[in-house]
Amino acid sequence: MTESAETPVHHPDTVANAIATPERVQPYDALGLKPNEYEEIKKLLGRRPTSGELAMYSVMWSEHCSYKSSKIYLRQFGKKVTPKMNEKLMVGMGENAGVVDIGEGWAVTFKVESHNHPSYIEPFQGAATGVGGIVRDIISMGARPVAVMDQLRFGKIDEADTARVVHGVVSGISSYSNCLGLPNIGGETIFDPVYQANPLVNALAVGVLKHEDLHLANASGAGNKVVLFGARTGGDGIGGASILASDTFAEGGPTKRPSVQVGDPFAEKVLIECCMELYQQDLVEGIQDLGAAGISCATSELASNGDGGMFIELDGVLLRDPSLTPEEILMSESQERMMAVVEPSKLDAFLEVTKKWDVETSVLGEVTDTGRLIINWHGEEIVNVDPRTVAIDGPVYERPVSYPAWIDALQADSASTLARPADSDTAALREQFLKLLGSPNLADKSWVTNQYDYYVLGNTALSFPDDAGMIRVDEESGLGFSIATDANGRYCQLDPYAGAQLALAEAYRNVAATGAVPTAVTDCLNFGSPENPEVMWQFSQAVEGLSDACQTLEIPVTGGNVSFYNQTGDVPIFPTPVVGVLGIIDDVARRIPSGWQDAGEHLYLLGVTREELDGSTWADVVHGHLGGRPPAVDLAAERDLAELIHAGAQESLISAAHDLSEGGLGQALAEGVMRFGVGARVWLAELMQRDGVDAATALFSESTARMLVAVSHEDEVKFKGLCEGRGVPVLRIGVTTGAGESAELELQDLFTASVDDLRRTNRATLPEYFGPVVGG
Amino acid sequence: MPTIVVEVMPKAELLDPQGKATKGALSRLGKSEFTDVRLGKRFELTVEGPITDQVRADVAEIAEHVLSNSVIEDVVAIHYPEGEK
Repeated sequence: MTESAETPVHHPDTVANAIATPERVQPYDALGLKPNEYEEIKKLLGRRPTSGELAMYSVMWSEHCSYKSSKIYLRQFGKKVTPKMNEKLMVGMGENAGVVDIGEGWAVTFKVESHNHPSYIEPFQGAATGVGGIVRDIISMGARPVAVMDQLRFGKIDEADTARVVHGVVSGISSYSNCLGLPNIGGETIFDPVYQANPLVNALAVGVLKHEDLHLANASGAGNKVVLFGARTGGDGIGGASILASDTFAEGGPTKRPSVQVGDPFAEKVLIECCMELYQQDLVEGIQDLGAAGISCATSELASNGDGGMFIELDGVLLRDPSLTPEEILMSESQERMMAVVEPSKLDAFLEVTKKWDVETSVLGEVTDTGRLIINWHGEEIVNVDPRTVAIDGPVYERPVSYPAWIDALQADSASTLARPADSDTAALREQFLKLLGSPNLADKSWVTNQYDYYVLGNTALSFPDDAGMIRVDEESGLGFSIATDANGRYCQLDPYAGAQLALAEAYRNVAATGAVPTAVTDCLNFGSPENPEVMWQFSQAVEGLSDACQTLEIPVTGGNVSFYNQTGDVPIFPTPVVGVLGIIDDVARRIPSGWQDAGEHLYLLGVTREELDGSTWADVVHGHLGGRPPAVDLAAERDLAELIHAGAQESLISAAHDLSEGGLGQALAEGVMRFGVGARVWLAELMQRDGVDAATALFSESTARMLVAVSHEDEVKFKGLCEGRGVPVLRIGVTTGAGESAELELQDLFTASVDDLRRTNRATLPEYFGPVVGG
Repeated sequence: MPTIVVEVMPKAELLDPQGKATKGALSRLGKSEFTDVRLGKRFELTVEGPITDQVRADVAEIAEHVLSNSVIEDVVAIHYPEGEK
């Protein structure tokens, strides 16, 4: 930090000093604050801030912590609600993570968050600490973490730097989550040149708790003790929150170069168990994890959400590096730390528990009713602020928005003009089908997922490559949840409003395909710079689209994260609103897998196929094309489809269900065959006639609200009756055939591919670029 | 054949989980006089033929870019054999 030279450790910039030396020049711009923000701080305090206060405001008013550019849009999620959306919502947006009632006295908490920028600078530690951070959010709600998932976007698969980032990120995630002993049950891995110098590493975690174990981040009850516990505080990631998330890499000179954080998953594992015991013994009044902005964030948020006052003696913080200045201690992002509010009468018992787990603990101060957050350093007051001005009432910007100049031309350039093979050109159709199957974004992701442990804890009911991950919560009743995440940046580039809705629709459909009832949403909105009016337009459209769709489907957004400044030079990434949907299933024994397992089952296509190839994987892989309008969103049809599958699951009518999305029907069929090596004979003639499409469209179109299901022969009448009763378009398109070496996917009158061919094509791609598959 | 030694340490301000674990082990053994342990890496690079300026340049480069991760580690020393200074 620039102040350290002028502010020696032993002579901190006190409040008295700030009053006495109003003229002192402060390096607010190097800390990421704009001149108007600095003026606002001076107005709030009635004097210049001390360097400690400046440190706090700069990190807490950064885009990452304050949501200053996104706040005005995010309010829509709170406004567009129906009574049904609140029925199961125990904790909504604004806390560390949302909490949903799943019945039987159980609740689930889940959230997805970004760790994009650190993961480009230092892929291994960046991704690892991304997992650690989101897991602590879950712990701080009073829940035991039970699963994680990662949503990854990398650059072009054959660029040299991509391999560096992929290897680092995947081993960072696997290292941290495998050490913690948490199953990684799903996620996404996408390659596209727009993410070349700005990969996206989003991390999601889920935890379960009993209703009575719910904890919140607030400091109430004057006289209660404020306790910091976990790892010691060091110089990790100082200024990471404000500087990393507030500016582009290109401008970052040496002074802006932040240090990254190094995580210790074994310390976090101990912290989890320690917290669980603290909750069990009811020793905690309020709790908050330390993530971005460290102690600055934890103290100001706890105080703002509680009685409003807190007194802290900062020299009580246990340090790894004794030379840290108070400003650095306030900003440090050292990992594996938590802050709790404890009643004085319970303090001894609290310390007993942390001692048992060998977790270092220091009592820093107490809750007050003064309405001020006061921080002392060796007896001198270095911070005296209204905590709400730091944590809640930060700046709010209504950034300029402008309709992108290029978007009309992009939307006019439809994929319908691209050459498609004639129905009779079966060789070309086969070739394109296989080309898609082996393309980086549709290829088998075992190279990634085999590095993760996905059955640890013994409650994983579904995992990759199924449509959604599923975890059993109650071992007696079989109650569980299902979770899926999706985002298609290409669709969002074409139309961010529709694209965000398509992300929700796909995640919703994936969860529904497992037989669960979609119930709640989390999102991680990854965009370019908010200072670019065209990006701000994309953001406003995406939030509007997502909030409208959540209202229509009646599933609330419970929390999430916004990540701006994702760009290389001046080129923003495609808007990438990652949407996660959580569903509830009464008994995981009634789950529906994605692949068929027996011969002689009937294959049905649910939904209607239209000529919707704009933004498709086919347009990308075959023609290198992006243009037109993404597939039409039909939320009513999505809901009908989801309700149909749930009804079918209740009666155990459906033996397999797989959603149709990227790659279309061709990809869904191939995945169905490859899953358990059971072949299928499929006829598309009726489909082509009913929907008026050619063979290429039938195979590659990405029309929404479609699913491929397998139903046993005996249940045919019942199943068709169910579809007709609910008005879901249904067409029998095939039958499953034998397993074994001769298993094949036969598309009658078009082409045939053996299961070996399919698997070879699908599995070769990632190892070709990144080396052999682990454990494959 | 001459051997060149490269020493790499985690950056001072970053957490060093292995060093911390070692320090914990020492405390458990009653060796509490050691207040901190930091743990680094030592590379021994054996060279065929004399250590030329080119070799030195190569060692400096790989020490910086291959043997260490400059984001979280520092190359603290490169030792050349006696007489090869």
